Amino acid sequence: MRTSRTVRLGQYVALLAYLVFLAFPFLWLISTAFKPARELGSLHPTWIPQNPTLANFRQAFDEQPLLDAALNSLVAALGAAVVAVLIATPMAYVMARHRTTLSRMATGWVVVSQAFPFVLVIIPLFLVLKNLRLINSVPGLIMVYVVWALPFALWMLVGYVRAVPAELEEAAAVDGAGKVRTLVSVTAPLLAPGIVATALFAFITAWNEFFFALVLLKTPEKQTLPVVLTHFIGAEGVADLGPLAAAAFLATLPSLVVFAIIQKRITGGMLAGAVKS
Amino acid sequence: MRTRWLIAALLLCLLATGCTGDGDGSDDGRVTLRFQSLAWQEESVEANKDLVAEWNATHPDVKVEYVQGTWDSVHDQLLTSFEGGEAPDIIHDASDDLADFAYGGYLADLRELLPERLKSDIPQHSWETTTFGDGIYGVPFLQEPRVLIANATWLRESGVRIPTPDDPWTWEEFREVAEELSGDGKYGVAWPLKEPVSATLNLSLSAGGQLFQRDADGKVEVRFEAADAVVPKTVHDEVNTDESASSTTLGMSGSDTLPGFFGGKYAMVPLGFSYRQQIVQQAPKGFDWQVLPAPAGADGLAQGVSPQTLSIAEDSPHKEEAAQFVDFLLRPENMVRLALGDWMLPTGTEALKDPALRTTEHDWATGTALAEHLRSAPAQSIRGYPEWKDKVATPAYQEYYSGAIDLDELRERLEEDGNLVLARYQR
Repeated sequence: MRTSRTVRLGQYVALLAYLVFLAFPFLWLISTAFKPARELGSLHPTWIPQNPTLANFRQAFDEQPLLDAALNSLVAALGAAVVAVLIATPMAYVMARHRTTLSRMATGWVVVSQAFPFVLVIIPLFLVLKNLRLINSVPGLIMVYVVWALPFALWMLVGYVRAVPAELEEAAAVDGAGKVRTLVSVTAPLLAPGIVATALFAFITAWNEFFFALVLLKTPEKQTLPVVLTHFIGAEGVADLGPLAAAAFLATLPSLVVFAIIQKRITGGMLAGAVKS
Repeated sequence: MRTRWLIAALLLCLLATGCTGDGDGSDDGRVTLRFQSLAWQEESVEANKDLVAEWNATHPDVKVEYVQGTWDSVHDQLLTSFEGGEAPDIIHDASDDLADFAYGGYLADLRELLPERLKSDIPQHSWETTTFGDGIYGVPFLQEPRVLIANATWLRESGVRIPTPDDPWTWEEFREVAEELSGDGKYGVAWPLKEPVSATLNLSLSAGGQLFQRDADGKVEVRFEAADAVVPKTVHDEVNTDESASSTTLGMSGSDTLPGFFGGKYAMVPLGFSYRQQIVQQAPKGFDWQVLPAPAGADGLAQGVSPQTLSIAEDSPHKEEAAQFVDFLLRPENMVRLALGDWMLPTGTEALKDPALRTTEHDWATGTALAEHLRSAPAQSIRGYPEWKDKVATPAYQEYYSGAIDLDELRERLEEDGNLVLARYQR
């Protein structure tokens, strides 16, 4: 059955409208980042800055340690992503392949744990980390991010493991492969897209996180980007809009770059073996 | 394979960077104080950092570390730090955020710690903003009145009387002027009332409105009387009857109204005094603006404020040194530097005499003339106020200003629903 040209055109228009809707805030952010202060107060703002300037970027870098903060964010986000995946992958495999009461209870607990709001856990968490001497340290923050991302990461990975047919592992066993060999050579490659997607989720969650970083990191040289960005915002929400937009634009770039690199692997892995060549 | 090793090595390097010690080591027996500042504007941050550097240069035995805080989520961040025993020694905040911390025993009572010079320099009505029970839990040092920022050309050409702090408009006169300035799709005034409660209550002091009445037992009750209705009724009638105030700005913040103000849609916008900085930065070239006092009522130009404060953590092992630093920071000449950096008014009487704050440039003089009329915001010491504000007052005022409910219903909701909320905090 062939889709008519009109329907196809409508689909593309709808897709374009959706893309514009998604891209609008980001494009506006870029536009704002390059506008001088007087244009920000204009009653009739334009998409393209009339007098584009880099002054907002200069001011953002002059006022706040953006590079140090970006490095801290990168360490925290990468650390959280790597550790979360290392812990979640074997757990997810066990939960997916061995459906015992314990694994069902664990799945239930994962769902329930998503219901706890930040404010409920922050004070006990602060006290625990203080006793472990992990307040004001990036490893302490990584630990929190791992714990925070783990339930959802686990849930995601369980789904990916279930999607890998158990028959493939059985076939490998019939061919004489041991359990470890089967996991490494058969299951792991098929799970790669899921692992990458989960790592990406953990990375972006940690990269954007604000409240834990605000509370747990005391000294300015340890602060992460989301915390430093709020230094452009004053009482009652008054903001230094130009430098804030410039800094926020720069803060989104690493996420976009990581996603652009990894995206190919996600889709590539999903499609691998889908059809016989 | 080589790429994988490179990636692994990079990851290890990054993790090693993050795993280095936290640098909290002792400082050769010197006292080290942590000062968390919420200064955020470039000039203000610079003034604070300069003062810290000057202190450190002249006080080798007491080192102060500048910690940059943020107004966003400051309450939760401080609460967690207090509970965990990791709070900064010197805390910058606002007086309306202190009640829970003061009653909770997290802040030091400053009565015995502060020198007489500082105590006598700041007027009693400012100290009242940080007095909770019998103690004083913060030094109020910066404040700002709400003023009318006006399009000077528009006002001049209309021929209306220009008010001054000595001869302000009454609320009735203000309403008449706003109507006179309106027409052809333009409005005399734009009320940015995204947060309607504090703006309304603070301005209502001018008309004698108290709203919260405390009886002999110390119990607080909401009573919406005639004086409390003056300001809300003016706003309501300007929006819904005279159409001299834009209805679209009711849900906006102050910053959101500025493009319309610069674009000639509104003649006046009631804003905090510090908004002048944004106006200087963003106003089109040649745009002539001026600061006018807010209208006066039965109690003159009185209005409520919640000043910025400096407090000392009860857990700090070096309260006396912290108090000495606060005293240094708030010397008249230093208070002036902080005030200029934030475009706000100092509370200190000596600082207010400084010529830099009495100049006509950017209408500093108009604001300084209003300082003596500023009082403690009526609600800030009321326990249960945040819940009353969020659950009862904000929606009630918003609905009244938009014309959805009338004055009787506003009164009924503020009193009946409001007193149920407050009662839970006074058992």
